[in-house]
Amino acid sequence: MARPVRFNIHPIPADTKDSISMVNMPEGYTGEGFFATKLSDVVGLARKNSMWPLPFATSCCGIEFMATMASHYDLARFGAERLGFSPRQCDLLMVMGTIAKKMGPILKQVYLQMAEPRWVMAVGACASSGGIFDTYSVLQGIDQVIPVDVYVPGCPPRPEAILDGFMKIQDLVGEERLRRRNGERYKQLLESYGIQ
Amino acid sequence: MSLTNETIKAKLSEKFGDQVSDFQEPYGLLTFESPKEMNLKVLQFLYDDEALRFPFLTDLTAVHYPDKAGKELAVVYHLHNLIDNIRIRFKVFTDINSPDIFTATQLYSSANWMERETYDFFGINFLGHPNLKRILNVDEMDYFPMRKQYPLEDQTRIDKDDAMFGR
Repeated sequence: MARPVRFNIHPIPADTKDSISMVNMPEGYTGEGFFATKLSDVVGLARKNSMWPLPFATSCCGIEFMATMASHYDLARFGAERLGFSPRQCDLLMVMGTIAKKMGPILKQVYLQMAEPRWVMAVGACASSGGIFDTYSVLQGIDQVIPVDVYVPGCPPRPEAILDGFMKIQDLVGEERLRRRNGERYKQLLESYGIQ
Repeated sequence: MSLTNETIKAKLSEKFGDQVSDFQEPYGLLTFESPKEMNLKVLQFLYDDEALRFPFLTDLTAVHYPDKAGKELAVVYHLHNLIDNIRIRFKVFTDINSPDIFTATQLYSSANWMERETYDFFGINFLGHPNLKRILNVDEMDYFPMRKQYPLEDQTRIDKDDAMFGR
Protein backbone atom coordinates (compact mmCIF):
# COMPACT_ATOMS: atom_id res chain seq x y z
CA MET A 1 0.00 0.00 0.00
CA ALA A 2 1.35 3.36 -0.99
CA ARG A 3 1.73 5.83 1.81
CA PRO A 4 -0.34 8.96 1.17
CA VAL A 5 2.46 11.40 1.90
CA ARG A 6 5.98 10.75 0.77
CA PHE A 7 8.91 13.03 1.33
CA ASN A 8 12.41 12.80 -0.01
CA ILE A 9 11.87 9.74 -2.07
CA HIS A 10 14.04 11.21 -4.79
CA PRO A 11 16.48 13.37 -2.82
CA ILE A 12 18.44 15.91 -4.83
CA PRO A 13 22.11 16.00 -3.97
CA ALA A 14 23.17 19.34 -2.54
CA ASP A 15 24.71 21.67 -5.08
CA THR A 16 27.60 23.25 -3.22
CA LYS A 17 29.52 24.29 -6.30
CA ASP A 18 28.85 28.04 -6.15
CA SER A 19 27.20 28.40 -2.77
CA ILE A 20 30.25 28.28 -0.52
CA SER A 21 31.47 31.78 0.14
CA MET A 22 35.14 32.40 0.59
CA VAL A 23 36.76 35.34 2.26
CA ASN A 24 38.39 37.81 -0.11
CA MET A 25 42.14 38.05 -0.08
CA PRO A 26 43.55 41.13 1.61
CA GLU A 27 45.23 43.79 -0.51
CA GLY A 28 48.81 43.04 -1.36
CA TYR A 29 51.45 42.33 -3.99
CA THR A 30 51.32 39.03 -5.65
CA GLY A 31 53.71 37.39 -8.04
CA GLU A 32 54.95 34.00 -9.03
CA GLY A 33 55.20 31.95 -5.84
CA PHE A 34 54.78 34.82 -3.40
CA PHE A 35 52.16 37.06 -1.90
CA ALA A 36 53.07 40.04 0.27
CA THR A 37 50.64 41.91 2.50
CA LYS A 38 50.38 43.54 5.89
CA LEU A 39 50.61 41.24 8.89
CA SER A 40 47.71 43.02 10.58
CA ASP A 41 45.46 42.23 7.61
CA VAL A 42 46.23 38.53 7.80
CA VAL A 43 45.85 38.41 11.56
CA GLY A 44 42.62 40.39 11.34
CA LEU A 45 41.30 38.09 8.65
CA ALA A 46 41.99 35.04 10.77
CA ARG A 47 40.59 36.57 13.93
CA LYS A 48 37.39 37.94 12.48
CA ASN A 49 36.42 34.68 10.86
CA SER A 50 37.00 32.55 13.90
CA MET A 51 35.45 34.49 16.76
CA TRP A 52 34.70 32.63 19.96
CA PRO A 53 31.73 34.34 21.57
CA LEU A 54 31.00 34.04 25.26
CA PRO A 55 27.25 34.45 25.81
CA PHE A 56 26.46 36.28 29.03
CA ALA A 57 22.70 35.95 28.80
CA THR A 58 20.58 37.11 31.72
CA SER A 59 17.12 37.59 30.25
CA CYS A 60 14.93 37.78 27.15
CA CYS A 61 17.69 38.97 24.80
CA GLY A 62 19.36 35.67 25.64
CA ILE A 63 16.36 33.86 24.15
CA GLU A 64 16.78 35.84 20.95
CA PHE A 65 20.44 34.90 20.99
CA MET A 66 19.50 31.23 21.24
CA ALA A 67 17.48 31.70 18.06
CA THR A 68 20.46 33.45 16.48
CA MET A 69 22.69 30.59 17.43
CA ALA A 70 20.35 27.86 16.24
CA SER A 71 20.02 26.44 12.75
CA HIS A 72 17.60 28.98 11.27
CA TYR A 73 19.82 32.06 11.67
CA ASP A 74 23.01 30.10 12.34
CA LEU A 75 25.70 32.25 13.87
CA ALA A 76 28.16 29.58 12.77
CA ARG A 77 28.00 30.95 9.23
CA PHE A 78 30.10 33.84 10.47
CA GLY A 79 32.87 31.69 11.80
CA ALA A 80 31.55 31.66 15.32
CA GLU A 81 30.80 27.98 15.36
CA ARG A 82 32.17 27.39 18.81
CA LEU A 83 30.52 29.23 21.68
CA GLY A 84 32.81 29.09 24.63
CA PHE A 85 31.41 28.97 28.11
CA SER A 86 34.71 29.77 29.74
CA PRO A 87 35.86 33.40 29.58
CA ARG A 88 39.48 32.28 29.36
CA GLN A 89 38.94 30.76 25.94
CA CYS A 90 36.77 33.45 24.40
CA ASP A 91 37.42 36.73 22.70
CA LEU A 92 33.94 38.22 22.32
CA LEU A 93 31.79 38.89 25.37
CA MET A 94 28.13 39.15 24.36
CA VAL A 95 26.14 40.70 27.20
CA MET A 96 22.46 40.06 26.65
CA GLY A 97 19.90 41.19 29.16
CA THR A 98 19.41 43.31 32.24
CA ILE A 99 22.47 43.65 34.41
CA ALA A 100 21.57 44.47 38.00
CA LYS A 101 23.99 46.57 40.02
CA LYS A 102 24.79 43.52 42.10
CA MET A 103 25.73 41.68 38.90
CA GLY A 104 28.09 44.50 37.82
CA PRO A 105 31.22 43.27 39.65
CA ILE A 106 30.63 39.73 38.36
CA LEU A 107 30.38 40.97 34.79
CA LYS A 108 33.60 42.88 35.29
CA GLN A 109 35.28 39.80 36.70
CA VAL A 110 34.23 37.78 33.67
CA TYR A 111 35.64 40.51 31.45
CA LEU A 112 38.93 40.50 33.36
CA GLN A 113 39.22 36.75 33.01
CA MET A 114 39.18 37.03 29.22
CA ALA A 115 42.54 37.21 27.54
CA GLU A 116 43.49 40.09 25.23
CA PRO A 117 42.46 40.77 22.56
CA ARG A 118 38.85 40.90 23.72
CA TRP A 119 35.73 42.60 22.43
CA VAL A 120 32.42 43.36 24.06
CA MET A 121 28.98 43.56 22.49
CA ALA A 122 26.01 44.96 24.43
CA VAL A 123 22.88 43.34 23.05
CA GLY A 124 19.53 44.98 23.71
CA ALA A 125 18.27 48.09 25.45
CA CYS A 126 18.99 46.86 28.98
CA ALA A 127 22.62 46.01 28.45
CA SER A 128 23.15 49.20 26.45
CA SER A 129 21.34 51.70 28.67
CA GLY A 130 19.33 50.05 31.40
CA GLY A 131 16.32 49.96 29.11
CA ILE A 132 12.93 50.25 30.74
CA PHE A 133 14.48 49.59 34.13
CA ASP A 134 15.07 53.14 35.35
CA THR A 135 15.51 51.98 38.87
CA TYR A 136 17.80 51.80 41.87
CA SER A 137 18.79 48.21 41.33
CA VAL A 138 19.70 48.14 37.64
CA LEU A 139 22.95 49.20 36.03
CA GLN A 140 22.20 51.93 33.48
CA GLY A 141 24.25 50.34 30.71
CA ILE A 142 27.17 47.97 31.03
CA ASP A 143 29.54 50.65 29.73
CA GLN A 144 29.59 51.92 33.30
CA VAL A 145 31.58 48.82 34.22
CA ILE A 146 33.41 47.61 31.11
CA PRO A 147 34.26 49.17 27.74
CA VAL A 148 31.82 48.24 24.98
CA ASP A 149 32.64 47.94 21.27
CA VAL A 150 29.23 47.49 19.67
CA TYR A 151 25.73 48.26 20.94
CA VAL A 152 22.73 46.45 19.45
CA PRO A 153 19.45 48.33 19.97
CA GLY A 154 16.08 46.67 20.40
CA CYS A 155 13.95 45.29 23.17
CA PRO A 156 14.76 42.54 22.46
CA PRO A 157 16.61 42.86 19.13
CA ARG A 158 15.68 40.43 16.41
CA PRO A 159 18.25 37.79 15.44
CA GLU A 160 19.01 39.83 12.31
CA ALA A 161 19.99 42.75 14.53
CA ILE A 162 22.26 40.57 16.62
CA LEU A 163 23.86 39.23 13.43
CA ASP A 164 24.31 42.80 12.20
CA GLY A 165 26.02 43.67 15.48
CA PHE A 166 28.20 40.63 15.11
CA MET A 167 29.21 41.71 11.62
CA LYS A 168 30.09 45.15 13.00
CA ILE A 169 32.30 43.41 15.53
CA GLN A 170 33.89 41.45 12.69
CA ASP A 171 34.65 44.72 10.88
CA LEU A 172 36.28 46.11 14.02
CA VAL A 173 38.30 42.96 14.53
CA GLY A 174 39.42 42.83 10.92
CA GLU A 175 40.58 46.44 10.86
CA GLU A 176 42.27 46.52 14.24
CA ARG A 177 45.90 47.59 14.22
CA LEU A 178 48.25 45.13 15.87
CA ARG A 179 49.64 47.67 18.31
CA ARG A 180 46.32 49.09 19.47
CA ARG A 181 46.18 46.98 22.62
CA ASN A 182 49.66 48.13 23.63
CA GLY A 183 48.98 51.79 22.98
CA GLU A 184 48.61 54.70 25.36
CA ARG A 185 44.99 55.34 24.41
CA TYR A 186 43.91 51.80 25.09
CA LYS A 187 45.69 51.93 28.43
CA GLN A 188 43.85 55.14 29.27
CA LEU A 189 40.55 53.57 28.28
CA LEU A 190 41.10 50.63 30.60
CA GLU A 191 42.32 52.89 33.38
CA SER A 192 39.13 54.91 33.12
CA TYR A 193 37.36 51.67 34.09
CA GLY A 194 39.84 50.96 36.86
CA ILE A 195 41.39 48.02 35.00
CA GLN A 196 45.18 47.68 35.13
CA MET B 1 -15.28 21.63 64.23
CA SER B 2 -13.10 23.83 62.15
CA LEU B 3 -11.63 27.08 63.23
CA THR B 4 -13.38 30.29 62.19
CA ASN B 5 -12.38 33.91 62.19
CA GLU B 6 -14.81 34.56 65.05
CA THR B 7 -13.15 31.95 67.25
CA ILE B 8 -9.70 33.35 66.55
CA LYS B 9 -10.90 36.86 67.29
CA ALA B 10 -12.60 35.77 70.54
CA LYS B 11 -9.51 33.86 71.68
CA LEU B 12 -7.21 36.80 70.98
CA SER B 13 -9.50 39.29 72.72
CA GLU B 14 -9.81 36.97 75.69
CA LYS B 15 -6.03 36.63 76.01
CA PHE B 16 -4.85 40.14 75.17
CA GLY B 17 -7.89 42.37 75.76
CA ASP B 18 -7.40 45.86 74.34
CA GLN B 19 -3.86 45.09 73.22
CA VAL B 20 -5.13 43.55 69.98
CA SER B 21 -7.34 45.89 68.03
CA ASP B 22 -8.68 46.98 64.67
CA PHE B 23 -10.10 43.63 63.59
CA GLN B 24 -11.09 43.58 59.93
CA GLU B 25 -11.95 40.90 57.44
CA PRO B 26 -11.10 42.15 53.94
CA TYR B 27 -11.87 39.32 51.49
CA GLY B 28 -12.46 37.05 54.45
CA LEU B 29 -8.89 37.32 55.74
CA LEU B 30 -8.86 38.17 59.43
CA THR B 31 -6.59 41.17 59.99
CA PHE B 32 -5.67 42.81 63.27
CA GLU B 33 -2.92 44.84 64.89
CA SER B 34 -1.18 45.18 68.20
CA PRO B 35 1.44 47.45 69.77
CA LYS B 36 4.88 46.61 68.45
CA GLU B 37 6.20 45.52 71.87
CA MET B 38 3.57 42.79 71.87
CA ASN B 39 4.43 41.23 68.53
CA LEU B 40 6.33 38.23 69.90
CA LYS B 41 3.76 37.56 72.63
CA VAL B 42 0.93 37.51 70.10
CA LEU B 43 2.89 35.34 67.65
CA GLN B 44 3.89 32.94 70.41
CA PHE B 45 0.27 32.65 71.50
CA LEU B 46 -0.88 32.00 67.95
CA TYR B 47 1.84 29.40 67.56
CA ASP B 48 1.34 27.56 70.84
CA ASP B 49 -2.39 27.67 71.49
CA GLU B 50 -4.02 24.25 71.14
CA ALA B 51 -6.96 25.55 69.17
CA LEU B 52 -5.24 28.17 67.04
CA ARG B 53 -2.08 26.33 65.86
CA PHE B 54 -0.41 28.73 63.47
CA PRO B 55 3.01 27.13 62.95
CA PHE B 56 3.69 28.53 59.51
CA LEU B 57 4.80 32.05 58.63
CA THR B 58 3.81 32.51 55.00
CA ASP B 59 5.01 36.04 54.53
CA LEU B 60 6.61 38.89 56.35
CA THR B 61 6.95 42.33 54.87
CA ALA B 62 6.50 46.01 55.61
CA VAL B 63 4.45 48.91 54.32
CA HIS B 64 5.36 52.57 54.46
CA TYR B 65 2.55 55.02 55.25
CA PRO B 66 4.24 58.45 55.13
CA ASP B 67 1.11 60.28 56.33
CA LYS B 68 0.53 58.32 59.53
CA ALA B 69 2.60 60.31 62.04
CA GLY B 70 4.28 58.04 64.56
CA LYS B 71 3.01 54.89 62.79
CA GLU B 72 4.79 55.27 59.47
CA LEU B 73 6.01 51.72 59.06
CA ALA B 74 3.80 48.66 59.34
CA VAL B 75 5.30 45.21 59.65
CA VAL B 76 2.90 42.59 58.34
CA TYR B 77 2.93 38.92 59.28
CA HIS B 78 0.91 36.40 57.30
CA LEU B 79 0.27 33.19 59.24
CA HIS B 80 -1.18 29.90 58.10
CA ASN B 81 -2.89 27.22 60.12
CA LEU B 82 -2.07 24.08 58.15
CA ILE B 83 -4.55 21.84 59.98
CA ASP B 84 -7.71 23.92 59.59
CA ASN B 85 -6.37 25.72 56.52
CA ILE B 86 -6.98 29.23 57.80
CA ARG B 87 -4.83 32.27 57.14
CA ILE B 88 -4.59 35.46 59.17
CA ARG B 89 -2.77 38.75 58.85
CA PHE B 90 -1.16 40.48 61.81
CA LYS B 91 0.25 44.01 61.75
CA VAL B 92 2.40 46.05 64.07
CA PHE B 93 3.18 49.71 63.48
CA THR B 94 6.33 51.59 64.34
CA ASP B 95 7.75 55.08 64.22
CA ILE B 96 10.09 55.62 61.28
CA ASN B 97 12.63 57.33 63.53
CA SER B 98 13.03 54.26 65.74
CA PRO B 99 12.09 51.31 63.55
CA ASP B 100 12.97 48.66 66.13
CA ILE B 101 10.92 45.46 66.16
CA PHE B 102 11.66 42.20 67.93
CA THR B 103 12.71 39.47 65.56
CA ALA B 104 10.52 36.43 65.01
CA THR B 105 13.43 34.20 64.02
CA GLN B 106 13.37 32.25 67.31
CA LEU B 107 9.77 31.30 66.60
CA TYR B 108 9.77 30.92 62.82
CA SER B 109 13.01 30.02 61.04
CA SER B 110 11.52 31.26 57.79
CA ALA B 111 11.50 34.76 59.27
CA ASN B 112 15.28 34.95 58.89
CA TRP B 113 15.53 35.84 55.21
CA MET B 114 12.18 37.61 55.12
CA GLU B 115 13.30 39.94 57.91
CA ARG B 116 16.56 40.56 56.08
CA GLU B 117 14.55 41.49 52.99
CA THR B 118 12.29 43.77 55.03
CA TYR B 119 15.37 45.40 56.53
CA ASP B 120 16.89 45.72 53.07
CA PHE B 121 13.94 47.55 51.54
CA PHE B 122 12.30 49.34 54.48
CA GLY B 123 15.03 49.64 57.10
CA ILE B 124 13.15 47.86 59.89
CA ASN B 125 15.69 47.08 62.59
CA PHE B 126 14.83 43.59 63.84
CA LEU B 127 16.22 43.37 67.35
CA GLY B 128 17.91 40.03 68.03
CA HIS B 129 18.13 38.92 64.42
CA PRO B 130 21.17 36.63 63.98
CA ASN B 131 22.40 38.15 60.72
CA LEU B 132 20.66 41.42 59.89
CA LYS B 133 22.31 42.58 56.66
CA ARG B 134 21.14 43.32 53.14
CA ILE B 135 19.98 40.29 51.18
CA LEU B 136 18.96 41.49 47.70
CA ASN B 137 20.48 44.90 47.11
CA VAL B 138 24.16 45.74 46.89
CA ASP B 139 25.88 45.96 50.27
CA GLU B 140 27.08 49.51 49.59
CA MET B 141 23.55 50.88 49.35
CA ASP B 142 23.00 53.51 52.06
CA TYR B 143 19.23 53.97 51.85
CA PHE B 144 16.07 51.88 51.96
CA PRO B 145 14.61 52.02 48.46
CA MET B 146 11.00 51.02 49.10
CA ARG B 147 10.33 53.92 51.46
CA LYS B 148 8.06 56.42 49.83
CA GLN B 149 10.34 59.43 50.05
CA TYR B 150 11.99 57.97 46.95
CA PRO B 151 9.60 58.78 44.11
CA LEU B 152 9.05 56.58 41.11
CA GLU B 153 10.77 57.44 37.87
CA ASP B 154 10.39 61.04 36.72
CA GLN B 155 7.75 60.81 33.98
CA THR B 156 9.03 63.95 32.24
CA ARG B 157 12.54 62.81 31.52
CA ILE B 158 13.39 62.80 27.84
CA ASP B 159 16.82 61.18 27.74
CA LYS B 160 15.18 57.83 27.14
CA ASP B 161 13.13 57.89 23.98
CA ASP B 162 9.66 56.40 24.12
CA ALA B 163 9.93 55.13 20.58
CA MET B 164 12.89 52.99 21.53
CA PHE B 165 11.66 51.66 24.85
CA GLY B 166 7.99 51.17 24.10
CA ARG B 167 6.62 53.30 26.91
